Amino acid sequence: MWDYTDKVFEHFRNPRNVGEIDNPDGVGDVGSLACGDALRLTFKLDEDKRIADAKFKTFGCASAIASSSALTEMIKGKTLEDAEKITNQDIADFLGGLPEEKMHCSVMGKEALDAAIAYYRGEAIEEDHENVVCKCFGITGEEIREIAKLNGLRTVEQVTHYTKAGGGCSTCHPEIQEILREIAEEAEREKKARAAQSGRKLTNLQKIKLIEETMDREIRPSLKQDGGDIDLVDVEGDKVYVGFRGTCSSCPSSEFTLKGYVQEKLREFVSPEIEVEEMTK
Amino acid sequence: MKKTVYLDNNATTQVAPEVVEEMLPYFHDLYGNPSSMHSFGGQVTRKIEEARDKVASLLGAQPDEIVFTSCGTESDNAAIMATLDRYPEKRHFVTTRVEHPAVWNLCPYLRSKDYRITELSVDRKGRLDLEELKSVLGEDTALVSVMYANNETGVIFPIEEVGRIVKAREIPFHTDAVQAVGKIPLDMSKSSVDMLSLSGHKLHAPKGIGVLYLRRGTKFTPLMKGGHQEKGRRGGTENVPYIVGLGKAAELALEHMEQENTRIRALRDRMEEGIVKSIPNTIVNGDVDNRLPNTSSVCFEYVEGESILMMIDELGICASSGSACTSGSLEPSHVLRAMGVPFTAAHGSIRLSLSVYNTDEEIDHLVKHLPPIIEKLREISPFWKDFQEGKMPAASAG
Repeated sequence: MWDYTDKVFEHFRNPRNVGEIDNPDGVGDVGSLACGDALRLTFKLDEDKRIADAKFKTFGCASAIASSSALTEMIKGKTLEDAEKITNQDIADFLGGLPEEKMHCSVMGKEALDAAIAYYRGEAIEEDHENVVCKCFGITGEEIREIAKLNGLRTVEQVTHYTKAGGGCSTCHPEIQEILREIAEEAEREKKARAAQSGRKLTNLQKIKLIEETMDREIRPSLKQDGGDIDLVDVEGDKVYVGFRGTCSSCPSSEFTLKGYVQEKLREFVSPEIEVEEMTK
Repeated sequence: MKKTVYLDNNATTQVAPEVVEEMLPYFHDLYGNPSSMHSFGGQVTRKIEEARDKVASLLGAQPDEIVFTSCGTESDNAAIMATLDRYPEKRHFVTTRVEHPAVWNLCPYLRSKDYRITELSVDRKGRLDLEELKSVLGEDTALVSVMYANNETGVIFPIEEVGRIVKAREIPFHTDAVQAVGKIPLDMSKSSVDMLSLSGHKLHAPKGIGVLYLRRGTKFTPLMKGGHQEKGRRGGTENVPYIVGLGKAAELALEHMEQENTRIRALRDRMEEGIVKSIPNTIVNGDVDNRLPNTSSVCFEYVEGESILMMIDELGICASSGSACTSGSLEPSHVLRAMGVPFTAAHGSIRLSLSVYNTDEEIDHLVKHLPPIIEKLREISPFWKDFQEGKMPAASAG
């Protein structure tokens, strides 16, 4: 039996927002009966272009239904710009985690959301029949690359758990392996480029911009998971002053978060000389 | 605490209370080793031979044709590997596409050892084509292994006909009868089967005990090489309490055989009828005229099997599914695929398997609560409304 969290069970038993919205602004249809799971997401926007209502219909297992239910709860009230920042990992986190073999359910949620937003914007979803790697489940190399990079996947098995690719006849395993190898090489190159860049002299403005970007991308998402946040207060040379917000401001291990996490990330992505100090209100 | 309604008896069964009682003395009092040269150990030998007699009676076999093993998988592996070892010059192994993993998963291994494998196909009802069997047998065929009855659908293969075809070519014949033993009468004295596997825990004995039936005169090299136990056919100290338990279970199985084929069959049929009548777009899988009396495999279109299992689990009902999600793989069961059940239906399949411990009330409980569950899941499913509006063909039509 799968080791589902209570929250997965709860959303499976009492799924929120089941149904289809009439005359929706966005529709996302992903998956198929043959693949074993499918999700139809519909949403409606209010005057402020926020998602006023979202509904789903899902064919699939308990975690597919729970992931869809979670997704609708997560996107309600958000602007499309904010909604599209939601990752498959965010959906899994919302449910307190999913068994790795079931991560493809969270990916299906993310794909339906992207498809529904693209529908609203009138963007065509590119269907890349040429570049299908997994013929059993119709997964393209680009899809595999994107999910693998986003979720830090390292093995073919993980790729199968997240995207289903390779879960059928397994003839595409060498191709998936090759994609993973390319991603690893790219990451290595980027790391080197970053190291070279960090040696160069940044203007103060460039530095502040880079710090903000790094905080947005590398630091805030994981703090927000625990209900916290961080603000950049000031920058003086290599000294960076920040303020913790939310649960972080009262967290007993905020000192560790500050030096062991925030400072480490800024040293990695901005400059190895960075010293981070907390500025309490 | 909610009551458990156990309808997953093809997975494993409740150990019969009589079996437990029979076993207990062999844990705390009579714990000797039957091979010992003292009477304390020696006294259990008689009990093992009694158990062997009882298993032989259930199979219509001679006691010396019964070899105790640790499980059905060991029996299957021993039969197949022993025979292939005996005829190293023959490189062709014939089996079916619907075998249990205990046989099926040996195939990739054998391929890697340069064996040629033929997996016989089945039709939409899960039936073999005996003409196909005849056409594939050759000089090079070392062994044919065909299951007696399928664990997922309950479909019974015509094992005696298969055996006659195979034996006419003087090829050894093995059958995995794990699901058949105890559910339908078997008589090895009139059979063409050379080797047969059974598993204790499918017939109300505990897990961890199995039997390989070896017809007298069958050439055999033990898989477990060790002591002289089981007349040199299976090394390893006898699992005395479990052997004793299996003996008792075999005796009970013989007593219950009639009930299995009357009351349980009727209960299964009533259950199936109740489900099919009250839930539209439901398909019963397999050859319903040649099935184990306890097994029912049904597909509910447009819903997924794991979701059904999790919903009925809340009512204390235990069943299993041939859907992809329950197995941790991404494709539905190889059995349903081999039968050509469309993926669209196969994902929504569940297996209900009964035993003599099931009651009318339990079946009523299931038949009452299943329809609203399927209805709820179909409400959530994007395909149900499409189907009702005629935008989608029924898989059952295909």
